[in-house]
Amino acid sequence: MPNVTILEVNGIEKSFGPIKVLKGVNFSVRKGEVHALVGENGAGKSTLMNIIGGIHRADSGEIFIEGKRVEIKNPLDAQKLGIAFVHQEIALCHSVTVAENIFMSAINSSKNLVVNYKKLYKDAADILKQLAPIPPDKKVEELSIPDQQIIEIAKALSMNCNIIIFDEPTASLSENESTVLFGIISKLRKRGIGIIYISHRINEIFSQAHSSDRISVLRDGCYIGTYNVSESDQKMVINKMVGREIGSMYPPKKSNKEGLGTLLEVRNLSDGKRFKNINFKLQQGEILGISGLVGAGRSEIAQAVCGLRDKQSGEVFYKGKNINIKSSWDSVKKGILYLPEDRKVDGLFLLLSIKQNISVMVLDNISKMGFVKKKTEIECTQRMVDALKIICRSINQNVSSLSGGNQQKILFAKLLNVKPNIMFIDEPTRGIDVGAKSEIHKLLRNLADEGVGIIMISSELPEVIGMCDRVLVIHEGNLSGEVTGSEISETRIIHLASDIKE
Amino acid sequence: MEKLEGVSLISGLNIIKKFRELNLIIIIILISIIMIILSPVFMTWQNISSVLMSFATDGIVVMGMTIILIAGEIDLSVASVTAFAGVLAGKMFLGGMNPWLASVVTLVVCAFIGATMSYFYTKIKLSSFITTVAGMGIVRGLCFVISKGTPLSLYTLPAGFKFLGQGKIGFIPFAVILFLTVVVFIDLMLRYSTTMRKVYYVGSNEKAAKFSGINTNKIKLGVGIACSFLAGLAGIMYMSKFGAGIPGASQGLELTAISAVVIGGGSLSGGRGSILGSILGIALLSVIQNAMVLLAINVYYQQLVMGCILLLAVTLDQLSQRRASI
Repeated sequence: MPNVTILEVNGIEKSFGPIKVLKGVNFSVRKGEVHALVGENGAGKSTLMNIIGGIHRADSGEIFIEGKRVEIKNPLDAQKLGIAFVHQEIALCHSVTVAENIFMSAINSSKNLVVNYKKLYKDAADILKQLAPIPPDKKVEELSIPDQQIIEIAKALSMNCNIIIFDEPTASLSENESTVLFGIISKLRKRGIGIIYISHRINEIFSQAHSSDRISVLRDGCYIGTYNVSESDQKMVINKMVGREIGSMYPPKKSNKEGLGTLLEVRNLSDGKRFKNINFKLQQGEILGISGLVGAGRSEIAQAVCGLRDKQSGEVFYKGKNINIKSSWDSVKKGILYLPEDRKVDGLFLLLSIKQNISVMVLDNISKMGFVKKKTEIECTQRMVDALKIICRSINQNVSSLSGGNQQKILFAKLLNVKPNIMFIDEPTRGIDVGAKSEIHKLLRNLADEGVGIIMISSELPEVIGMCDRVLVIHEGNLSGEVTGSEISETRIIHLASDIKE
Repeated sequence: MEKLEGVSLISGLNIIKKFRELNLIIIIILISIIMIILSPVFMTWQNISSVLMSFATDGIVVMGMTIILIAGEIDLSVASVTAFAGVLAGKMFLGGMNPWLASVVTLVVCAFIGATMSYFYTKIKLSSFITTVAGMGIVRGLCFVISKGTPLSLYTLPAGFKFLGQGKIGFIPFAVILFLTVVVFIDLMLRYSTTMRKVYYVGSNEKAAKFSGINTNKIKLGVGIACSFLAGLAGIMYMSKFGAGIPGASQGLELTAISAVVIGGGSLSGGRGSILGSILGIALLSVIQNAMVLLAINVYYQQLVMGCILLLAVTLDQLSQRRASI
């Protein structure tokens, strides 16, 4: 059975607008092979898989299935060619049974007036038998997350696929649950199914016994190479993933931070769910990074300190004083601010104007006798707009009409209005152009030089390395390490984030 | 541009907003012209003042509904609370209490009802929809329990108190003056007050408001209280106007109020709505209702027409927004 190539792509190129995300990628999967696909955020893994799955179309390049050239125009084409996609996010109908979910598309295209449940349950049981003992008449909402994932796999199998793409299937699973999943993947492979496996967790590709046969690396949309797992190791793969110089585009770090004093200290912080026993100190004028995989608990820690999320235990000291922040208004009063990760969902008031967005946090300070002082509001808004170079026609303009970069600057303006002492910034430059990004980086460094303590959460490692004086790394809700100064490197951080013992 | 301040607060779609208010005025005038032609009664002062009276009392309920919808919540219990206020104040009056004092006590009780309901949708995190549906039933039930199911006859109310709902200053009904006072007050608050600005923040994006240090529960408690309080005030005015506490009164008023706000540019998802728009909304509905009465259109058809108007208004709103966002 080995060495029969089931899927091959050649010279795939794809651009979104002016940005080229795939620059001639080659990739192939053999029958009965698990092929891991790795790369940093934005390397182009998901885009490549979306092209194979029919969600996007390539600008150029060829796709072959069992040696025959094919066109995949939409997800249905992909399905007909035997390609199934198990997405990172589970997309099942929660209030109906397992069997109905597995055969959703069959029921949808069926011409019968009634569903033959007896047959449906039997067929579902037949498929599930090979995977896990899940009763087919149970409702999906009663299942655990890993079991729901198995239903997604069963759904793929019900369509007689011979290629399954897994997009970060272990992102929401614990270690034991991952092991079960790998057991299932190994069974699928024995049946001759080709498996593409996208993961950020490099260690699981190597540590789980025979989890993958080959591994391909993408970097910045370029195909770097394909290697046999048995002939390579994690360090080599990580080097291939990173392999680039960074530094010059970031403002210079301050060399000497000694003697400025501790601004914030967090002791034994736990929320009972997402993170536990977090301890760290933040110096005045320091940019402290919190790094880790998506879902490791980074944002949750920041939110708990700022009173936006319940904490179970732990203490927070501000300038040596134990402060008990219970709500966001407590923390705003103390100048401890949080800049949320998703600006449209958690940050902006999209129906309101630039002025109203910028003044929200200082509203009480610019009010007199319960009324907003109009002049003061306009003045302080205009000052922020000028200082941050926000490009707009008028401060009465609606924020939803601004570009992503300008919207992000509005969020910063809102926080800076308060004269913050400590800022937790969650993904401060996500989805904005390079120019605005570097302006925000300069702004952050200036703030730190003025004595503000900054805690930065970012999934972009180059940004973390370029900006932070010190980095805390979180692995599955635990502090797995800390790196300082010249020790900060992608390799170190990735090792700690994936909890690889060196 | 300063003058438009309050308007632009409501939505960035300034032009559409202005058009909406202008449109509403034009429609109201058109209907009036048609009615002048069709009905000799329409333009009589007696008819106009009776339309104004119901417009004023319903309008007070609409003000409360506007505020709560801006905050992104809803109150379906306003009609029940309106009836309740009349019944409770009437009962206390019949028990020997001074009618003014009875009214004040009643307003406090109504505010308390609003506070209780908002407790359920802020602290217990039920939806305000379902909380106030329950509230609607409970309060209506209380009306019948207190009155033992029959309207309370209050013809003994002193003339001074009857003036509230029946009296006139010059030729203008006092109720209208009271209504205009409430309107001006709330409009000024919505435009300039810090608290009401926070209501817009909460309705526009509750999570962002919370992240910005706004005590969202406190704001929602406030709007819940304001909405029930204003419904209670309208109830007192009805009681004075009719000289009766009617347990089954004001059925369907909550839908009229919601329709008025939405026709005036408010949104059920919060963050939008203005006093001027809502007033024009209720004015339009009042004129249409009056027209149907004068034209002797069957009462059953009247409800049907009101439903269609709401559907039409919301559809037009949706379409104009979609066009604006492209």
